Amino acid sequence: MSELTLLLIRLAFLALLWFFVIAAVGVIRTDLFGARTAPAPARKPVKQARPVSKPKKGEPRQLIVTGGPLQGTIINLSETPITIGRANDATLVLSDDYASSRHARLFPQDGQWIVEDLGSTNGTYLERSKVTRPTPVPLGVPIRIGKTVIELRK
Amino acid sequence: MSAVDVTPVPMTAKRRGAQLGMLAFAVLIVMGAYASVGLGINDKIPSGMLGYGLGLGGLMLAAYLVLAKFAPWADPLLLPLVTLVNGIGLVMIYRIELAGAKDASAASQLMWTALGVVMFSATLIVLKDHRALQRLTYTAGFVGVGLLILPLLPFIGTEINGSRIWINVGFSIQPGEFAKLALVVFFAGYLVAKRDVLALAGRRLLFIDLPRARDLGPVLITWGVSIAVLVGEKDLGTSLLLFGTFIAMLYIATQRTSWVLIGLLLFVGGAVLAGQVFSHVEARFDGWLHASSNDLYYRQFGSSYQLMQGLFSIGSGGILGSGLGKGHPTLIPFSFSDFIFDTLGEELGLTGLMAILMVYALIVQRGLRTSLAARDPFSKLLAAGFSFLLAWQVFIIVGGVTRLIPLTGLVTPFMSAGGSALLANWILIALLVRMSDAARRPPPQAIQDEGLTQVMQR
Repeated sequence: MSELTLLLIRLAFLALLWFFVIAAVGVIRTDLFGARTAPAPARKPVKQARPVSKPKKGEPRQLIVTGGPLQGTIINLSETPITIGRANDATLVLSDDYASSRHARLFPQDGQWIVEDLGSTNGTYLERSKVTRPTPVPLGVPIRIGKTVIELRK
Repeated sequence: MSAVDVTPVPMTAKRRGAQLGMLAFAVLIVMGAYASVGLGINDKIPSGMLGYGLGLGGLMLAAYLVLAKFAPWADPLLLPLVTLVNGIGLVMIYRIELAGAKDASAASQLMWTALGVVMFSATLIVLKDHRALQRLTYTAGFVGVGLLILPLLPFIGTEINGSRIWINVGFSIQPGEFAKLALVVFFAGYLVAKRDVLALAGRRLLFIDLPRARDLGPVLITWGVSIAVLVGEKDLGTSLLLFGTFIAMLYIATQRTSWVLIGLLLFVGGAVLAGQVFSHVEARFDGWLHASSNDLYYRQFGSSYQLMQGLFSIGSGGILGSGLGKGHPTLIPFSFSDFIFDTLGEELGLTGLMAILMVYALIVQRGLRTSLAARDPFSKLLAAGFSFLLAWQVFIIVGGVTRLIPLTGLVTPFMSAGGSALLANWILIALLVRMSDAARRPPPQAIQDEGLTQVMQR
């Protein structure tokens, strides 16, 4: 076997090694930036989320924090429910000792937003009354969770 | 907190195709290396290449099928990456055996690899939910410490090459390798339970938060255990590995720099003390600092001969290496175990070494990614702990043989000859695969989206 062939084999092997590393990084890239190939289908055809329709008149579009440490925060309302609490995966994450980790949930139903207390320790208040069961939230009425006050606005 | 839009949650894909492709690629590279060794040594492709390649391929295919069945959402890269390093290790040991080093046996390493894959599969099949380990926190702690002190017992403990880390039960195994896994499980379980008190209670002094004395207990105990291992078994590597891993996990759990500072202080104190009291530790330090002095190079015991030979071989490898089969691995004592990295450096050069280190880095990255994606704190800590263990081990041994830090005897994960380490590391990878499966599995989907009570499908 000539020296040249051996040299070529040597270089080819090193190139192959690096090609493997690059291919692995390529696989990771899709993991980071989402698959460019078709995303994995859900195991069961799940009903697609309804197309986002423009909120009709009289329906709230924004959730505004009017009191507490997060005052001024605005969340645009869509079709997805909003969770509020200290847990990191909540939509509105509170750092408030008086709030529970999963404190309350707001979700749309038939054009209305409903507030539901998720078994919090200190309770959720709609205006002055404690929320004991899922209750519709009118526009501009304060909801109090710990030190935080939120409102729905148009 | 900002506006929340309705972007659908990106679904992690299973990426089975990518996994199978990468696995085949890894096996191909290993077969190429095998052929290249044959061509380099005696100008012909080794006769056993097809059988060898098919053997490794079949083994990994079996592992892949088990993974696809029992952990379908697992990370697609872990298995191929590990296959590559394990396979390259096998080829290097084969190559060193061919060069005539005694004690190097490719056949036994292949057998241990097969056993490792069996352990990998068994772990995946038996352990359906890794959180079961959380219930075994203290059991794992006792088992870990028990395994560590096993070699010190009379009759079954044996001393080889100055370290008493083997036990002999018909064949020799190193219980320390398995103790590492058990201890990481214990650390994770313990820290999940105690992290709030470790992070919050304490007093502020100058710029750092000092913990309370009673919270220091476990740190001191771990320190004591690792020092005891160092003293009793003369095993520098394992004690460094354990202590470093514990400090890293403590930092991950509490996010407090004071723990790292305390850990470093304890470590430096312990190292200085050990260096003064124990001659073998002192010898290691000397061999590191003055490796190239004639005195140490020709010394009868604790010489720097091995280290320097390793450095020479890396140096002669240069950028592109001498080519597989063209180096002189027999010039380094123990080139097939602790010093396999140097042998690799001679034959593959800096380019090859960097590629191998990248593969290790990617394995660690996948582990840390699993930790980030994990949903419960126990798996977060466990995955991060295992990844750090692997990274730290590679650092200690590669740093040791390249004379960045004092040389301590540890195996290069998946590469060095040594059955116990191979088995333990395959189990470690199985646990990471199990956790990544749980982390990447899509959350339960609501079957219907009306009504206040949602029906979930698991």
